[in-house]
Amino acid sequence: MFARYSLAQLAVALAIAAFLLVFLIIPVVTVAYVAFADGAGGFTLSHFGSFFRLSLMRESFWNSLYVGLWSVAIATLIAVPLAYFTVRFEFRGALVIQTLGVLPLIMPPFVGAVAMQLIFGRSGSVNLLLNEWFGFTLPIMDGLNGVIFVEALHYFPFILMNLVVALNNIDSSMEESAQNLGASGLRLFRRIVFPLAMPGYVAGAALVFIKVFDDLGTPLVLHQTNLLAPQAYLRITQIGIDDPIGYVASVIMVVASLFALWASTWVMRGKDYATLQRGYAGLAKRRLGPGQTVLAYGWIVLVLAVVLAPHLGILLLSIAKVWSFSVLPDAYTFDHYTTVFRDSPRMIWNTMLYCGIAAALDVVIATAIAYLMLRTRVPGRNALDFTVTIALAIPGVVLGIGYLRTFRGIEIPFTGELLTSSWILIALGYTVRRLPYALRSCVAALQQLHVSLEEAAENLGASKRRTILRVVVPLMAGGMLAGFITSFMTAAVELSMTIMLVSSQNDAPMSYGIYLYLQSAAGRGPGAALGILAVALVAVGTYLSYRIIGSRVGAAQARDIQRIGM
Amino acid sequence: MEPLHKVKVEFSGVSFSYGKTPVLREVSVTIEPGEFFALLGPSGSGKSTLLRLLAGFLQPQSGTMRVGGEDLTRVPPWQRDIGMVFQNYALWPHMTVRQNVAFGLEEHRLPSEEIGRKVAAALDLVGLGDLGARRPSQLSGGQQQRVALARTIAIEPKVLLLDEPLSNLDAKLRIHMRVELLALQRKLGITTLFVTHDQEEALSIADRVAVLDGGVIQQVGTPMELYDHPANRFTANFVGTINLLHGTLEQQDGATVFRSELLGAITLGRVAAPGGAAEIAIRPHALKLASLHAAGDPALVWVEGKVAEREFLGEFVRYTVRVGDTDLVADQPHYGGEPGFAPGAAVKVGINPAQVKLLRA
Repeated sequence: MFARYSLAQLAVALAIAAFLLVFLIIPVVTVAYVAFADGAGGFTLSHFGSFFRLSLMRESFWNSLYVGLWSVAIATLIAVPLAYFTVRFEFRGALVIQTLGVLPLIMPPFVGAVAMQLIFGRSGSVNLLLNEWFGFTLPIMDGLNGVIFVEALHYFPFILMNLVVALNNIDSSMEESAQNLGASGLRLFRRIVFPLAMPGYVAGAALVFIKVFDDLGTPLVLHQTNLLAPQAYLRITQIGIDDPIGYVASVIMVVASLFALWASTWVMRGKDYATLQRGYAGLAKRRLGPGQTVLAYGWIVLVLAVVLAPHLGILLLSIAKVWSFSVLPDAYTFDHYTTVFRDSPRMIWNTMLYCGIAAALDVVIATAIAYLMLRTRVPGRNALDFTVTIALAIPGVVLGIGYLRTFRGIEIPFTGELLTSSWILIALGYTVRRLPYALRSCVAALQQLHVSLEEAAENLGASKRRTILRVVVPLMAGGMLAGFITSFMTAAVELSMTIMLVSSQNDAPMSYGIYLYLQSAAGRGPGAALGILAVALVAVGTYLSYRIIGSRVGAAQARDIQRIGM
Repeated sequence: MEPLHKVKVEFSGVSFSYGKTPVLREVSVTIEPGEFFALLGPSGSGKSTLLRLLAGFLQPQSGTMRVGGEDLTRVPPWQRDIGMVFQNYALWPHMTVRQNVAFGLEEHRLPSEEIGRKVAAALDLVGLGDLGARRPSQLSGGQQQRVALARTIAIEPKVLLLDEPLSNLDAKLRIHMRVELLALQRKLGITTLFVTHDQEEALSIADRVAVLDGGVIQQVGTPMELYDHPANRFTANFVGTINLLHGTLEQQDGATVFRSELLGAITLGRVAAPGGAAEIAIRPHALKLASLHAAGDPALVWVEGKVAEREFLGEFVRYTVRVGDTDLVADQPHYGGEPGFAPGAAVKVGINPAQVKLLRA
């Protein structure tokens, strides 16, 4: 190479930077600006003062922290034993448990929340049975408990997945040498296994905290509005786009999420624990003793039952005629599905459209950033990666408010339609919010691709552009597909930002429709039915894309990666 | 550190397989107290598996393992007191050097001041007394290995297991470390099992060597025994370089004669061996090369051939001489100013019958 980077590369980097600037940075900065502006162009802390003088806001602030931390704690209690047992011991059903990881991606917590109330609520199935048999009830779903319970059950897989990967990456000799020196059982876990898996755990825990802080649907569905996200939403939608209190709540949410993200990297700084050595077989799975087996299976069956409860509950709810004050529905019907098919083909189409656009844009942008980062020396390439990662910590409500404020009064050229009332903003918002997922898949795929494969192509006369088209993209296709699917699935169930940006029923996607239905008691059945349809749609879409592209690409990729010894 | 109590290690009839793939078949071998014992074999021969069985990370399907007379076969790894140094050292990255070395002592519930003393002693012993506060990632490969060694001997195990301990070091350091390892083992007197695929390593420092192939012990002996009297074709080939020749054995005038097309008859003297097909082995340095017209020593058997290749190795020149359709490797000492034979030169090869080893069929 003669130049350190080409003009084409620079142009691509600038285009991506401009996109991120307009649709991520400026909206967030605008929110912060409003929170600190005194209306005359000066800086003021008075909005923060008024925020903390309102007892409801103080309460919401502490409640959000309380719910976030407890959700992480309970998710940890669920995930850590599951991960450890299934990775380290001979265990039937390990695959089933690890597959649970995709559940929260395809069904958001606010959908399950209604079912959870019917099953675990004060007069839900479990408490009805407990009361009948033992004469007491558990306040699992009362007040904030309900939010914590629902969030922990939906988001624990983030810890589980990260922990499973981390545990699998620990070289078997790390544990063997500890056993060789006399350590076993819980001490072995506490002193060697857990510290080495710590980076995975911390990453997962930070993600759970951020997700819980971000979630608007669950508190709204459970009628717990004394949290930051619902307050920000209510202030803006009920008092108005100019009410500074909503902006202050937004800034606090962003700061808390960024803090969680920063803390997780700070705790782990300088601790590169990737200990897996080449040529070493994984650790032989251990056998559990008879007593341990009973305990472990007992715990896991209990956890699985509770984790699957909202999913089963929503299925039951979608075919229930009446389900109230009873263990199971009293009668069954398919009417709700009929209603949904009559009312919401438009919503299904909108979801496909918005999420399809968002996922496609995500993959294109993510592939470009991955290539710029790993294969070129374009200035600012790491800043792009950093900015995209930051998007992970921007709550949907905040981004939604930022869009409404930033693009206020701006018209789309030639149509005269306001940008803020157009569905285009929803699709672009999804693109920004789901870009981090697509980026991680694409970066991982490109990292596995040895640079010598590209050098060989160039050596045989292929230009940079031809090399990317004929070698890089085909070999990255698996990762790109994974990125597309993850972006699509998670965008399909996005609600926090959708609520802010949907301006007419006509533009509403499925997630918004489910939320609207679930608002009223009569709408629960159709809401559940639409939820099941959304899950089915996402599942079928995932399956088909794997069938069409995945198997061919996946197999070829696996072969190539094996061949170059990685 | 004080010399440790010396114990005997016995494997009897140990078999192990991964699923249906047998890895070790009926392995029986006894390692004497205080011995520095090498397990030598190519990769896949089962040598590391034998070590991992003794450490308790694998369970044999049959057979027993005794250490100091005590049957350890069913004891879990953490109760065996058999120290193992791993090939990749397996130092825990989240602990300092001192914490790594203290780990085993803490697991053995020693009082803290004793732990402090023993950690310092172990680090001093490997010459790393002042690096206790470092993290493993801040050490060189050689230093990491010393820490791994210190961590293992700190608990004063009954037996020391070394899994390819020198394979991750560069060539110079490897030779230096093997001398140090031997000195340390002699000082502590600990019974030591040492796994390697490098025959030079095994021959140079082990008291005795077991040669493994295909999960079976081919031969056990001192390095010199293995070299001079390989029991079979595998050992002959694996330990050092050797020429192998096929032929038949006959009894003639009370002596055993090896007859082959290539060499004619070679009288091996009084060797108790059955007649019929046989194989002999000759080390390259036991062959003598001479030009065709030179007068050859009549005590040797001479055959004519042509130099196919020559490799100059400093102290000697390794010739590959084509005789009929067989290649013989002959090492000739090199002294300054002697040009030796050029490729293509016609030479005669002298074989000393006293240096010919008859292999068991």
